[in-house]
Amino acid sequence: MRVGKHRKLAALIAAGTLLLAGCSSSSDEGSGAYAGPVKDTPGTINVLAWPGYAEDGSTDPNVDWVTPFEEATGCTVNVKTYGTSDEAVQLMQGGGYDVISASGDASLRLIYGGDLQPVNLDLIPNYVDIFDNLKDRPWNTVDGENYGVPHGRGANVLQYTIGKVNPAPTSWSVVWEPNSPAKGKVTAYDSAIYIADAAVYLMATKPELGITDPYALDQTQFDAAMALLAQQKPLIAEYWADYTKYIGAVQSGSITVGTSWQVIANVLNGEKATVGAVKPVEGATGWSDTWMISSKTEAIDCAYKWLNHIITPDVNAQAAEWFGEAPANSKACALTANKDHCKLYHAEETDYWSNVYYWKTPTEECLDGRTDVMCVPYAEWVKAWSSFRNQ
Amino acid sequence: MKLSRAAKRTLLAIMAIGFTFIYLPLLLVVINSFNTNKSFAWPPTGFTTEWWSKAAVNEGIRDAVMRSVITALIATTIALILGSLAAAAITRYDFFGRDTVSLLFVLPIALPGIVTGIALNNVFTNFFGKLTFFTIVIGHATFCIVVVFNNVAARYRRLGMNLQEASMDLGANRFTTFRLVTFPLIRNALVAGGLLAFGLSFDEIIVTTFTAGAGQTTLPIWIFQNLFRPNQAPIVNVVAAALILVSILPIYFSQRLTADKE
Amino acid sequence: MQRSPKARAASLISLPLAWLLIIYIGSLFALFITSIWKIDTFTSKVIREFTLQNFIDVFSDRAYFNVTIRTLVVAISVTLICVLIAIPMAFFMARIAKPKSRPVLIALVLTPLWASYLVKIYAWRTMFYPETGFLNWLISPLGGSSPGFGMIAVIIGLSYLWLPYMVLPIYAGMEKLPNSVLDASADLGAKPGRTFFGVVLPITWPAIIAGSIFTFSLSMGDYITVQILGGTFQMLGNVVYQNFSLNLPFAAAVALIPVIIMIIYLGSVRKTGALDNL
Repeated sequence: MRVGKHRKLAALIAAGTLLLAGCSSSSDEGSGAYAGPVKDTPGTINVLAWPGYAEDGSTDPNVDWVTPFEEATGCTVNVKTYGTSDEAVQLMQGGGYDVISASGDASLRLIYGGDLQPVNLDLIPNYVDIFDNLKDRPWNTVDGENYGVPHGRGANVLQYTIGKVNPAPTSWSVVWEPNSPAKGKVTAYDSAIYIADAAVYLMATKPELGITDPYALDQTQFDAAMALLAQQKPLIAEYWADYTKYIGAVQSGSITVGTSWQVIANVLNGEKATVGAVKPVEGATGWSDTWMISSKTEAIDCAYKWLNHIITPDVNAQAAEWFGEAPANSKACALTANKDHCKLYHAEETDYWSNVYYWKTPTEECLDGRTDVMCVPYAEWVKAWSSFRNQ
Repeated sequence: MKLSRAAKRTLLAIMAIGFTFIYLPLLLVVINSFNTNKSFAWPPTGFTTEWWSKAAVNEGIRDAVMRSVITALIATTIALILGSLAAAAITRYDFFGRDTVSLLFVLPIALPGIVTGIALNNVFTNFFGKLTFFTIVIGHATFCIVVVFNNVAARYRRLGMNLQEASMDLGANRFTTFRLVTFPLIRNALVAGGLLAFGLSFDEIIVTTFTAGAGQTTLPIWIFQNLFRPNQAPIVNVVAAALILVSILPIYFSQRLTADKE
Repeated sequence: MQRSPKARAASLISLPLAWLLIIYIGSLFALFITSIWKIDTFTSKVIREFTLQNFIDVFSDRAYFNVTIRTLVVAISVTLICVLIAIPMAFFMARIAKPKSRPVLIALVLTPLWASYLVKIYAWRTMFYPETGFLNWLISPLGGSSPGFGMIAVIIGLSYLWLPYMVLPIYAGMEKLPNSVLDASADLGAKPGRTFFGVVLPITWPAIIAGSIFTFSLSMGDYITVQILGGTFQMLGNVVYQNFSLNLPFAAAVALIPVIIMIIYLGSVRKTGALDNL
């Protein structure tokens, strides 16, 4: 009887384990976009956003475009911010989020993974005013189906503490070269996607490598980028993925220069000018973000209302100004508090963006169109980055 | 043991250094909760009670504290029941595989929290489809069971079976024996174990980050989200300082209880 | 109603055991089984096809050997520091302090456990700031400067966090020491030092080991303190954390390292009776 009891127990465990291991949620295939019309059903949406994109007054009581939305629509909004696209993908795949502001290096992974649903743009009146060159881009449109509305775009800037880094830098060399004046106080972005920043620097300093797209790296080019990162490591104080931690470190002086977002510089300069931020001569990586809807959302009406709200000219202007980026809605330019905002952020130009390389997910098929070589896919970037960080 | 005065003084000095080490960062936390400088550079620049008044009206804190309290209460309740059952079984009976089972009940706190966290996350996201409030409770209850088990098992080991057998010899049935004899004797261990379990659940961050659903903000998660924000960091210090002050008395009383022995 | 002791034991243990087996052991199995599976390189979703590549990656890359060694060094250092501080403190509290003040002293040791882990580590972070931190302010008159973020800061931070977990079991062990044994030792002519090292320590050894299980295990898996105090320094917990969403099989393979180390440690200390002292 003793042995029998244990056999039953063993069978129970085995069955339970197989059940747990074998169950997985199937991806939503072929779920077409919401036909609409958008109703006034109240609901709650959990929003995954880059910091600064969905401000609800908790950072600064005067900066809030979430509460007006809640009051006008009766939808409740919970905002969760993340620090890297990898974190965004992880949270989205974990379930429970309805809307996400995805960068190009997350959007396709989520679309192909079945985590997002196509968006019916007819249900979003403000979409018509979006800049044409942001519509139907490869990172938010697949096989002719749109998956979201653009939020804004920007470059990852080189930020430096005024007075601590002399002369004021105009080139990325201050974070890469061993003789950097800021040695020991440099920071870099703590994500595998930062390898592309190394590639951008190599495009300017080692043209013989032939890199034309920092996300399309064959093995030789990739190894060169990893070597550059290894060369940089002794200069680094900390790698950053949490923008608030970054702000604290700059304020305390442990970091004086490194890649950053304009919103970080804006917060640091809030009371008095402490940092400068520039797009260096070599160009920079950047992002063009899209608001997208989860394939498993239970508050589809609120989700569509949010998408329409966030690209309203007025709200888009507020968000773009707070974050420090070029807005997506062409009518937002007239509504920014600083009348030169769109000029400052090159929202209506094309030249500025020619050496800004928007985040996208590297694949084995080279994204620059080369067919004679295989490029390194993002999974390998992650492996190499993990190995590199633990050397 | 007779110790020389020099030895006693050395030990006293070590005690003093030890307690200084323990309380220095906490003192810093309390000081910074009154600091006008938000970046906590030392020395502090000025005194203000602004952060305390802001913390008092902050809704986020109240919701987070509520959620943490409820989570901890449920997890502790589950742990008290399951942990004491297991403690009774393992310390008072001999059965096949007892040593292995005993080892099993140590694993949840002996294995790193991150492993528990990602294991539960993997199962919850694949099995339930998403994380919720209950996924947090399940995670917490799992290691709380161990804490209660340890405390109650230690008590049972010191008790032995004599009193229980005497009671039953005198005619009481098993349930009455438990109610009138065994339970009063292990009650202190249950309280101590329960308090420790409550405290662990209340402050737990590692497993919680992997098992908390969207919008499920426990206090440690709230702290994590606000820890580095320049405008919120001082308020976080206020919360921590308040926690320290609030917890001193219950801890003291639980220690008085468990010290009641012979 | 006469039920055999075995049946009674079974009825008592069945519910908690079921919880542990299904929820805890079950999820651990589900996790570790992914270590022999693959992922879709684009979407990062797990594909249930057999591969040993994850283990090859972990064992062939020198970086993961380095990070394992570094993690062990930190865990051992933290344990040693905690032991060195905890033993005198516990001895004082258990045998020298007046019995009435013991609950107060223990309460004082336990109270920091209620101050949030994150806040304590953040307080250390501000103390370690290179120029504006408290440590710098304290030791710069002596010519030193804050060690900054890195391995030293992590060791100090972790030692600080886990100290109460080491003091408590050792205190409990020392409290249980029968006075008669100590008196006998003195009667036989042993000086206090000899009694301490020859009698007290060996008897409380299981309790010390019990405390070390906590400090070791908590340090092996920590990643938050490392992120906050470590600068560019990384430990096994960080490797697992960085990879679990993008490459779960690989993270599972790496997670096996601290688990195996802890199981070996637990197995080897079982005989000392430490597990009864937790």
